[in-house]
Amino acid sequence: MAAVQDGPMELDTEKETKPEILSDGTSKLSGNAASGTLSSSPLTAGGAPKQEDQQTLIAVLQFLRRNKLSESVEILRREAGLEDQEDSQTLDGSGGGKGDRDGGEANSLLSRVSITSAAAPQIILSTSVTNEQLDVSVVLSAYSQQGDPSLYQVYYSGLKNFIESVLDCHRAELSQLFYPLFVHMYLELVYNNHENEAKAFFEKFGGDQECYYQDDLRVLCGLTKKEHLKGNEVLLDFRTSRFVLRISRDSYQLLKRHLQERHNNQIWNIIQEHLYIDIFDGMPRSKSQIDSMSGSFAGEARREVNKVKVFHGLLKEPEIEVPLDDEEDEAENEEGKPKKKKTKKDSMGSKSKKQDPNAPQQNRIPLPELKDSDKLDKIMYMKESTKRIRLGPENLPSICFYSFLNAYQGLTAVDFTDDSSLLAGGFADSTVRIWSVTPKKLRKVKSAGELNLIDKESDDVLERIMDEKTASESKILCGHSGPVYSVSFSPDRNYLLSSSEDGTVRLWSLQTFTCLVGYKGHNYPVWDTHFSPFGYYFVSGGHDRVARLWATDHYQPLRIFAGHLADVTCTRFHPNSNYVATGSTDRTIRLWDVLNGNCVRIFTGHKGPVHSLAFSPNGKFLASGSTDGRVLLWDIGHGLMIGELKGHTDTIYALKFSRDGEILASGSMDNTVRLWDSTKAFDDVETDDFTAATGHIHLPDNSQELLLGTYHSKSTPVTHLHFTRRNLLLAAGGYSSQ
Amino acid sequence: MTEREERRFAEVPRESIKLMAESTGVELSEEVAALLAEDVCYRLREATQNSSQFMRHAKRRKLSVEDFNRALRWSNTETVCGYGAQDALPFRPLKEGELFFVEDREINLVELALATNIPKGCAETMVRVHVSYLDGKGNLEPQGTVPTAVQSLSEDLLKYYQQITRAILGEDPHLMKVALIDLQSNSKIAALLPYFVYVISGVKSVSHDLDQLNRLLHMVKSLVQNPYLYLGSYVRSLVSSVMYCILEPLAASINPLNDHWTLRDYAALLLSHIFWTHGDLVSGLYHQILLSLQKVLSDPVRPLCSHYGAVVGLHALGWKAVERVLYPHLPAYWANLQAVLDDYSVSNAQVKADGHKVYGAILVAVERLLKMKALSLTLAAEGSSAGLPAGCQWEEWTPVSLPAMYCELYSFFGDSLAVRFSTDPPLGGAPPPGPCQPLEGRKEPASSAPNLENTRKMPQLTASMNISPRQDGSPRMEPQPPSLAATVPGRSLSRSSSSSSVSRSRSSSSRPGRSTSQSRDIFPKSRFPLPQAGPPAFSFIIGGRQMGRRCLGRRFQTSFTPTPPLTTLPPRAYAHKLPVIGRVSKPVRRWTCSHYSLHLPL
Repeated sequence: MAAVQDGPMELDTEKETKPEILSDGTSKLSGNAASGTLSSSPLTAGGAPKQEDQQTLIAVLQFLRRNKLSESVEILRREAGLEDQEDSQTLDGSGGGKGDRDGGEANSLLSRVSITSAAAPQIILSTSVTNEQLDVSVVLSAYSQQGDPSLYQVYYSGLKNFIESVLDCHRAELSQLFYPLFVHMYLELVYNNHENEAKAFFEKFGGDQECYYQDDLRVLCGLTKKEHLKGNEVLLDFRTSRFVLRISRDSYQLLKRHLQERHNNQIWNIIQEHLYIDIFDGMPRSKSQIDSMSGSFAGEARREVNKVKVFHGLLKEPEIEVPLDDEEDEAENEEGKPKKKKTKKDSMGSKSKKQDPNAPQQNRIPLPELKDSDKLDKIMYMKESTKRIRLGPENLPSICFYSFLNAYQGLTAVDFTDDSSLLAGGFADSTVRIWSVTPKKLRKVKSAGELNLIDKESDDVLERIMDEKTASESKILCGHSGPVYSVSFSPDRNYLLSSSEDGTVRLWSLQTFTCLVGYKGHNYPVWDTHFSPFGYYFVSGGHDRVARLWATDHYQPLRIFAGHLADVTCTRFHPNSNYVATGSTDRTIRLWDVLNGNCVRIFTGHKGPVHSLAFSPNGKFLASGSTDGRVLLWDIGHGLMIGELKGHTDTIYALKFSRDGEILASGSMDNTVRLWDSTKAFDDVETDDFTAATGHIHLPDNSQELLLGTYHSKSTPVTHLHFTRRNLLLAAGGYSSQ
Repeated sequence: MTEREERRFAEVPRESIKLMAESTGVELSEEVAALLAEDVCYRLREATQNSSQFMRHAKRRKLSVEDFNRALRWSNTETVCGYGAQDALPFRPLKEGELFFVEDREINLVELALATNIPKGCAETMVRVHVSYLDGKGNLEPQGTVPTAVQSLSEDLLKYYQQITRAILGEDPHLMKVALIDLQSNSKIAALLPYFVYVISGVKSVSHDLDQLNRLLHMVKSLVQNPYLYLGSYVRSLVSSVMYCILEPLAASINPLNDHWTLRDYAALLLSHIFWTHGDLVSGLYHQILLSLQKVLSDPVRPLCSHYGAVVGLHALGWKAVERVLYPHLPAYWANLQAVLDDYSVSNAQVKADGHKVYGAILVAVERLLKMKALSLTLAAEGSSAGLPAGCQWEEWTPVSLPAMYCELYSFFGDSLAVRFSTDPPLGGAPPPGPCQPLEGRKEPASSAPNLENTRKMPQLTASMNISPRQDGSPRMEPQPPSLAATVPGRSLSRSSSSSSVSRSRSSSSRPGRSTSQSRDIFPKSRFPLPQAGPPAFSFIIGGRQMGRRCLGRRFQTSFTPTPPLTTLPPRAYAHKLPVIGRVSKPVRRWTCSHYSLHLPL
């Protein structure tokens, strides 16, 4: 696949290097992304242009100028806030500019002393060539400083010997250096056309790396030519993002002293150029602590990234008066009951009136007003929840498995409506199918002509508009031109979203069973989409490494969440609709603020692409499942990993908390659904101030205690899980005969 | 590492590149070919890695050609056409010339177009629901394996399956018979076995319907007897269904009019049959089943019909099972049973009747135990080479010798046990030597009793038969398991009925006997000397244990408080406490009737 848009990629770089600016730079951001106006271009969406981004802009300007698009040049220049700089001058000055900016950076460690004249000619050379080539060379320019290729092995093994000889407590920490150094040294060799040396280097040290990096190493070992580097985003990402390491001050001093003594400039340069060492004071971490957090594409999250306050509390439930007909119903049943009901409701109302201290402002994100039908649904929901079964280790849910037969391995996505009345399946043959799970059949609304004949004053007008002739148990929605990778019902059950390989997200009406809108913007396969719990907004994420926030009545995204280094594989709305969580192939999970588009949490620890996410109903916790078969639990407020659930043997595609949050169900490709005691998992974590401050949590290895039960299906991978309002567990998957 | 890596990936050698180039008429230099080969390899790897993403998102394990094509399309490369089939493509080598190719046969379009067998279209995608649940410990509750795709069976088999199940579960007895016979002998139904097993596992859902249960058991029998079927692991499912019929307090047994006893007997026979014929498959189950039977037996909360099932089940598993499980357990159980039997209240009548069934069953089991044990010992003594190993096996764990066992059992059953032996001519014929002789001595009780009492007991037996001809006992028309039939020919048929009737006679006679205690003394059994001096010690322990039970503790107090006398009294003192045996489950009036009528022959 060709390089995806350069914009987001460049933005990554910025975010990686300057999170502090990102977090306090909301004013700038709001100018672009959060002002309420729709951002027209992803380039401008993420943040203000800086160094490398500036170069990209200049390249774009060049391109526009060459194609005589002077007006666009003007606009772009104005919007990007570029001074009227001339090309040659800026390019020459960009190094200097960089220096200036970096000089202002607080962290002296990161100062790029090593950027010397070596980089400049590279850039000048590339001014004449096309846009893309310029970018690539900029990206790779840092590799141009040449050491003796034959000495790389000596350098690396020297460091290796040193690290192996230090005290145990430091060894584990310093061992983190191996992988990023190895990759960067290898890439440097490849970039400088030392193919044989690169191969020998890989051969010698590739086996030493942690097993969870095997996938990346496999990509790496295939890459032996400079030309290959150009097309390979994975490695471009590796270069553009700084690998983040967390090392205690003692260990770091040890390393620094060693490198200075040996005058090992090659390694020192790489550390300064491409690594970000997050130094903390205190005890060095143990091997298991490090292992639990590492594994992501670009190292761990920096501590300060996860310090932003997240309003993870739930929104106040809107107060709903008991409608007349409901009371009548009750009155019919029993005379004394309606009053009781009313008092009960009042008490419930007062409960929810208490403002959760962690909850966001009610109107932080403008939410759609409740319609009458929504209120009715809420009442239904309340009624149902009184009949809810309280689950626990002693009281496990029954499971109802919906197997899709004759899907010929084509079932790619499933979703249930919240009230479990409808079931939607996305298929590889580009269709979306909807089934009614209840005896109530699916009916279309009558055509416009027929609707005109209906008496609009009649009481049962809602019934009359339905076309009885179209009643059937299932409907097929055709419109996509590629496999449908996800489907999501709107909370009011009027709409369905589907995202597909064809790069679009489509909105379907469940009244007419037709497509209403095709949201174009991703341009690459859209892996996941999810409706906000309040409707109206939805989020989508795809191969272009960004997640986008949309509103159903806007054809362009409202926000673009850029920062992931690889595909965004799954997206979920926080229960209060103020945040969006995204999981990615870069093995991280990010939490984004819908209000300003900022990344407020980065969770690392997965050793494989994240394929499923679930928020706990109280909004405090997040569960994530990945291809490595592990479920990780995260405390959103503290930004900590608080649990690891091992048991599955294959990718986890489905995660769901029970309605009260006591049980976490996980469904996997290994044909099982497992139930976990989430209450215990959350309670068992001891969060003293130290762990909260450093984020160095020591995870108890208690997966077996937490595993409450396992349901095996015969030969059906579990694609989706859902708890009904009464806490019956529904699971769905396509029966595969092989 | 590189070496290893290289082997891990498919490589396109430069020779292949050259060949491919030649085929399009381009000559490549060695250098160019090498570079190209390397690049091609890299691009292929890249495309493969990209395509795996499509596979993951389609939630599949298998990479399809379609996935690869998508990866190619997104990297602006021409896609590969013609490999979309789901089946694997045969990749063949050509011997001369090192060439490999994908077999791609020519298709005659005309033939295809004019073919009459038009391929069927794909079946409509559908959703199927399946419910399961976990027990408290997180284990999946056992449930029948649901046939996931009945469609995969051929039409004929499906029809056969429907017909057979309909016939067996239907109303027509004749049809059922035919179906069962066919099921017994049909050699082509292996594919249907799981379905039949599934149907049979439905016993749990028809526990209210004795008739259906019976039919299902017959179905089990037919399947077991079919020589063409290899039951494999399904035998476990069958055994569990049979065990269900034996042990569970079926819904049908709530109504005393339902003859669930017969069902249990039949199921027990079936169990024995399965163990007899499929011992290799179920050997692992033997202990498991013994344990579960023991569990039922030792659980006083279980209804008596479950206990009955446990006893007949043990009986069906052979005398060694009886000796191992029932015999050691008897003292404990006895006190329990006695409490039931001693309760004369009208409200207890039904339970008491059940108790008598259990009593009868135990008696039968015990009798056979004694006989078989005696026989095995005789065999061991006579043909020392053949008999000894068999004897050794059980003697490892049971130190109880036959006389001791008889004494103990006699203490429970008293005369009714003796009567059993008296009616059995082949065993009773042995000469009665002194008890001190270990081998012959154990036959002594059996033989000595009939010697003296035959004349006295026989009329009793006939009398009772006259009064209630087979109404109380369960008529048995089922074939005996081979083991039974071989050892006790002819007696098995009337076993249950005779046992209960005998016990009835015993009971009626003992009632007056208790009041006028001197009549006891006529019985010769009292003359049988005990190997040990005192009564068995177990009685005390059990007496204490019984206190907390559901059954009448007070009664135990009364019967067990005079412990010192017990040491002096002969063990038959227990027998005195057993006045009513084998009473009918019907109203009390009938009992009185029989009671009076019994007096006549006496």
